[in-house]
Amino acid sequence: MTRLKSVEDLQALREALIRRREAKKHRVKVCAGTGCRASGSIGVIKAFSEEMEKQGLEVEVVPTGCQGFCQRGPLVTIEPQGIFYQKVDAFDAPKIIDLTVLRGKEIERLLYTDTVTGKVARNQREIPFYQKQMRVVLRNCGGINPTNIEDYIVTGGYEALAKVLSSMTPEEVIEIVKESGLRGRGGAGFPTGLKWKYAKAAKGDRKYVICNGDEGDPGAFMDRSVLEGDPHSVIEGMIICAYAVGNVSEGFIYVREEYPLAVENVSIALSQARELGLLGEDILGSSLNFDIEIKRGAGAFVCGESTALMMSIEGRRGMPRVTPPRSTEAGLWAKPTCLNNVETFANIPVIITKGADWYARIGTKESKGTKIFALTGKVKNTGLIEVPMGITVREVVFDIGGGVLGDKRFKAVQIGGPSGGCIPREHLDVPIDFESLGEVGSMMGSGGLVVMDESDCMVEIARFFLSFTQRESCGKCPPCRIGTYEMLEILTRIVEGRGEEGDIELLERMGEEIETTSLCGLGKTAPNPVLTAIHYFRGEYEAHIRDKYCPAGICRALGAYRILEDECLLCGLCREACAYDAIMEERDGFYIDPVYCNGCGACVVVCPVHCITVEGKRVVKA
Amino acid sequence: MGEICACLELEKTREIVKKYEGKQGVLVHILQDVQLEFGYLPENAMNVIAKELDISLAHAYGVASFYTRFYFTPRGENIIRVCVGTACHVRGSHAILEEFETELGLKDGETSDDLKFTLETVSCVGCCALAPVVVINDVVSKERNPKRIVTKLRGEEEQDD
Repeated sequence: MTRLKSVEDLQALREALIRRREAKKHRVKVCAGTGCRASGSIGVIKAFSEEMEKQGLEVEVVPTGCQGFCQRGPLVTIEPQGIFYQKVDAFDAPKIIDLTVLRGKEIERLLYTDTVTGKVARNQREIPFYQKQMRVVLRNCGGINPTNIEDYIVTGGYEALAKVLSSMTPEEVIEIVKESGLRGRGGAGFPTGLKWKYAKAAKGDRKYVICNGDEGDPGAFMDRSVLEGDPHSVIEGMIICAYAVGNVSEGFIYVREEYPLAVENVSIALSQARELGLLGEDILGSSLNFDIEIKRGAGAFVCGESTALMMSIEGRRGMPRVTPPRSTEAGLWAKPTCLNNVETFANIPVIITKGADWYARIGTKESKGTKIFALTGKVKNTGLIEVPMGITVREVVFDIGGGVLGDKRFKAVQIGGPSGGCIPREHLDVPIDFESLGEVGSMMGSGGLVVMDESDCMVEIARFFLSFTQRESCGKCPPCRIGTYEMLEILTRIVEGRGEEGDIELLERMGEEIETTSLCGLGKTAPNPVLTAIHYFRGEYEAHIRDKYCPAGICRALGAYRILEDECLLCGLCREACAYDAIMEERDGFYIDPVYCNGCGACVVVCPVHCITVEGKRVVKA
Repeated sequence: MGEICACLELEKTREIVKKYEGKQGVLVHILQDVQLEFGYLPENAMNVIAKELDISLAHAYGVASFYTRFYFTPRGENIIRVCVGTACHVRGSHAILEEFETELGLKDGETSDDLKFTLETVSCVGCCALAPVVVINDVVSKERNPKRIVTKLRGEEEQDD
């Protein structure tokens, strides 16, 4: 590749690439994201390539980034028709080439059949999972080869950068970002334009731009997917930021240690951008000098906090510091630093090319644009989704997600991971935006969306989140270090059947104190999952404490009786033996309803195959 | 034997530290590279790092021990990581962890005496759509049945021998 010396060079390259692409109509796109890789997509790619070579076909096999529907992987899209195949095996490759690529016919077996309507979908647009989505940040994810910069340039990549460098002043760039209403996607939702403005206004001849890719929230993987599937959009966003802030020659992308593929793809993207002269000195002949370095995390959740992240980049213990001063005044190595989330940076190129007005039309009054969520848990369709702000939780769970797994009763959805909170059934129609989520006690967080059904215990889930934040507390400030530990002790006591009267009130009081007195975001939000769970599911907490009973039948110490489905002979003797009519018959077997179960153990005695278990001893209600 | 190994450790570590000469904020990077080389952070290497960077040994250990992905003892040839992130948790990852624990006779974070296996948990590998997830030697595994995974890994070991 030759170095691009000007904006015109870039345009010429793009046109040449488009012409070259047009000659090749057929393309086979195979998802090579972490999810599909786990399902064997590398083998599928190999099989396609080998088969093409064997038959001497001029069809390009494109390994793409995450296409979102990870559950159905490996995913394959055949262009130009856009036929979408799911759960493709390496053995299917010759057949797909023969029938679909060469003759344009579909293979019904590999098409997606909707679980709710039973309708067969030919392409992505016909699949309900994709229908309500709006792909702005994920525009290229799953469509291009992330390890080939040409793919990105063909789709209009670095066009925004060219526009900025050739026709806009830094002030104009900041103004557009401000007008677009873009807010930080890391969780807190600070207006991005304002942050850039502060960073620009700060005095200093040396400033830094940092991309926060330390996505530590368990249950969230949007940053991973963007970094893996479309690294150039993040890089382009960072270069534009560097230009707008001014006096920036160095930038960092901080990536979690757990994301090896993201590190690999970003490294490739950086070196290709450097080769083309899109990074380095005199970018596109504009006299802008800027380069980006990758920093790998080493496994500390707290490093997702911006000041802790900077400490980590400096090679120190990743502990947050007191703010102010803000990072935009004194951040990395005490220099003004502009830190944004992966998703935030990936939004920038679109805003520049399509304009602030276009972007501001998407979303709600206060929250503009789209948000990517990782839809997981007890839901039929899991995967990565991008939706306009303001969509309701119901639409996400039931329309895109296809409803609760096994058609069980929906209980709650947890948004925002260990910093967020749960949203119960009665708030299903709450619109997803920064303010509305805050009003119901949750928060946007980084975008993990975990669906829970009736068999999930809200006390246990709260304990799970708190045990995570407690483990990850850096230990610097006592409210977080000691407070979360004490709260965890109480919750553990409750799930083990040793809860006491007054525990709930104590948890609430401690939670509020930790929230107000902790140093950083980790501590300030750590009690959130517990507090919202108490708020919406107080009855469950009371049942654990007063009745020593877990309504969901999860807490083992509280000894729910259970039938091991795999071993059950379906003889029905237990049902006859039960004096409390607690054993219910369903189409596929028997189960014990904990609400009626008295824990007498009569069923255990009669079971011929000993498939009824009691984990722990249940204290019978007095 | 021991001495030769120690020499090698010192030599290699010095080489790694040298690579970062003149740059600032490199301690975490050096630790990562050293760990990549040896699989863990040997005491000898830590001594060299502290000396070469002119920081106290306590400082070097202070930083290394802060991060969960630095290890001070040798690790197994096969590293089994069970994801216990939220999505995996609600889909039953603890049952998988328990089965691995009985299958291998190891607890979370332990390495077997013959250095064949290390069992640990990870808080999310970002593969939530496939939950519950098991990561074998840095690759997300399609197979999730602990018994079959361990049998397969043991089988591969024997073939190698």
